[in-house]
Amino acid sequence: MVNRIVVGAHYGWRDWLVQRVTAAVMALYSVILALVLLPGGPLTYEAWKALFARGWMRVATLLFAASLAWHAWIGVRDILMDYVKPTGVRLALQVLVILLLAGCLGWTAQILWGTP
Amino acid sequence: MPTAAVKKNRPKYLSLRAILFEIRLPLPGWVSILHRVSGALLFASLVWLLFMLDRSLASEQDFAFVRHYLGLAPVKLALLVLIWAYCHHLCAGIRFLLLELQKGWEKEAARLSSIVVFVASLALTALFGAKLW
Repeated sequence: MVNRIVVGAHYGWRDWLVQRVTAAVMALYSVILALVLLPGGPLTYEAWKALFARGWMRVATLLFAASLAWHAWIGVRDILMDYVKPTGVRLALQVLVILLLAGCLGWTAQILWGTP
Repeated sequence: MPTAAVKKNRPKYLSLRAILFEIRLPLPGWVSILHRVSGALLFASLVWLLFMLDRSLASEQDFAFVRHYLGLAPVKLALLVLIWAYCHHLCAGIRFLLLELQKGWEKEAARLSSIVVFVASLALTALFGAKLW
């Protein structure tokens, strides 16, 4: 017998909360970035490079990217659960999505800290 | 008890035809489905956007290439759609959070907040588009 109680188990509650917390992190980052970029004239390479050379900006961008990856995973998983019914296909697509998002997160870290 | 109620054909099954031509989605419904569509679009474009971030920070020449690339008409159009998708996803998301806090539940308020989401996301898209080009 499977020992799972349907009522009171809170399955999915964590994902629900994660979706909202990561959304708040991304919203905050977006507002800060918009406030930094919107004043000022056309963007030069030097200014763009200098912005992402700052330690706090790199850490904030990595936190944004991590939030995005987790947020996108939950969202895309929900879409797949809604529209892709065969279990095998859905599992394969979900694994691909996880690999893609993890890859993107690694790439972001490389862009931020890698030396050109 | 109303006994003379008109008997409806129930259950009613959804078909693609019904979804496309018979059901008129109310405005909050459009906010909702476009929240999903914009999220899917952003996910699908992630690698492309990261590619541009990567190039723009790589060197002066690469930055100039990205600037030139962003000037091409199809690229401009695609990026404008993505900017809209980001703004709509953000605005609609804030609306959903407020709804979860039980704010704006009445029919009129929900309709009004849907209109605000559409107007705000289009205005933000115009603002960022004007800034980029």
